[in-house]
Amino acid sequence: MEYDHNSILQKLSQHLGHFASSDIEITPDTDLINELAIDSVKLLNLIMEIEDEFDISVPINVLADVNTVHDLADLIFKIKSESE
Amino acid sequence: MSLLDKLDAVAAARKALLPEGLDVFGTPIEEVYSTTEASVSGRRILFFGTNNYLGLTFAPECLQAAHKAIDREGTGTTGSRMANGSYSGHRALEQEFADFYHCLSSIVFTTGYQANLAMISGLAGANDVILIDGDSHASIYDGCRLSGAEIIRFRHNDMVDMEKRLKRLGERTSSTLIIIEGIYSMLGDRAPLADIVEIKNSYGSILLLDEAHSIGVLGKTGQGLVEETGLINEVDFITGTFSKSLGSIGGYCVSNHMQLDQLRYVSRPYIFTASPSPATIASTRAALKLLRDGTELRNKLWKNARKLYSCLNNQGYQLGPDPSPIIATILDSPQQAMMLWKSLFDKGVYVNLILPPAAPEGKSLVRCSVSAAHTEEQVDYVVNVFAELRKSIF
Repeated sequence: MEYDHNSILQKLSQHLGHFASSDIEITPDTDLINELAIDSVKLLNLIMEIEDEFDISVPINVLADVNTVHDLADLIFKIKSESE
Repeated sequence: MSLLDKLDAVAAARKALLPEGLDVFGTPIEEVYSTTEASVSGRRILFFGTNNYLGLTFAPECLQAAHKAIDREGTGTTGSRMANGSYSGHRALEQEFADFYHCLSSIVFTTGYQANLAMISGLAGANDVILIDGDSHASIYDGCRLSGAEIIRFRHNDMVDMEKRLKRLGERTSSTLIIIEGIYSMLGDRAPLADIVEIKNSYGSILLLDEAHSIGVLGKTGQGLVEETGLINEVDFITGTFSKSLGSIGGYCVSNHMQLDQLRYVSRPYIFTASPSPATIASTRAALKLLRDGTELRNKLWKNARKLYSCLNNQGYQLGPDPSPIIATILDSPQQAMMLWKSLFDKGVYVNLILPPAAPEGKSLVRCSVSAAHTEEQVDYVVNVFAELRKSIF
């Protein structure tokens, strides 16, 4: 399946909904840790779901620069583009 | 946020989580009476959370060996092996570990934590991949970070999930290090080693098995999961610790790969730390003999473990999947776990409390560790305390 940035954001929001501890609306600027209360372990588990959804490998050591939903979508888009 | 503000935030989070006056993570032990008993706040308590599986911390052979070593070689080596040399004890223990596992060679490290740090960061580098079980110990995660390799996790003990992730790596599987544990410290379950070996062989990867909790516990001579499964020749590197069944502090790696010795020249956690003290090495050498010949100790350990597991299971506690010397009760909330931990402590039973995010899947754990040194009466007492608390707390 072809993914553009928007479709990645859409899929990502669905997965984030399962992991988030709060009910706030998820936008590209939403902060994963401070607003969605996704702790370090939840983030690692989320990454496994993302890997399966997009059929990619996301090394957990590249997550240091990921703060927002947009950052994560960018990362997925980059890895997905490179793998095709 | 300043450096110190970050620590203030940690203090605030701790205060919010733990009730006033409950110092779960800094329990002061005033006096150690024996392998299984000590004094805390003037009260006699039973150790049911240590990893003293074979109960060797007070073994006369180990005490005597340590005393002699201190008298002969002093209290510390005061330097690294690369800069200050290897004592005869270091070299002898390495030979004894290689002999114990029938392997080509061995390296001894100053702690078990450093054994994983040193091996992982020495084996893998920036262009490599490390595939780890999601429930891996912190020393494995930290070793992976130190290596600079790409770190991929697979779902705990899920072989379909592991193979799926390996397959995605394509040709990179030949430069992939897979890391698993013999017995996992959180729930006491074992890695499905036969399946893992089959998969790693078909993808041409390298396998490192951490036997920290399984040395002394599994296998006829206590080698660990490799002995129980008969797969020692299929595992590339075996690491482990002295701080559980061997009753001291330190770590090791054994391997049939002749390249193991080169780790001494590239692995920073090996090079830049003081070598283990003479007393530590001497007591570990004595303990390794007792461990190897410790069939009776293992039988006693497993008798105690099966009894506690089966009784808690019958009482309705949610436990890990398999009986093992690590018996974790799984609680839905940190509050429930803290109440159970505190009530056990008030009854003189000292166990481990593990709260999210350290515990798997957002749960909380009250974890017991059983020892061969526990008497039947001590196990019965703990069983009765758990039964009483089951009625009063839940």
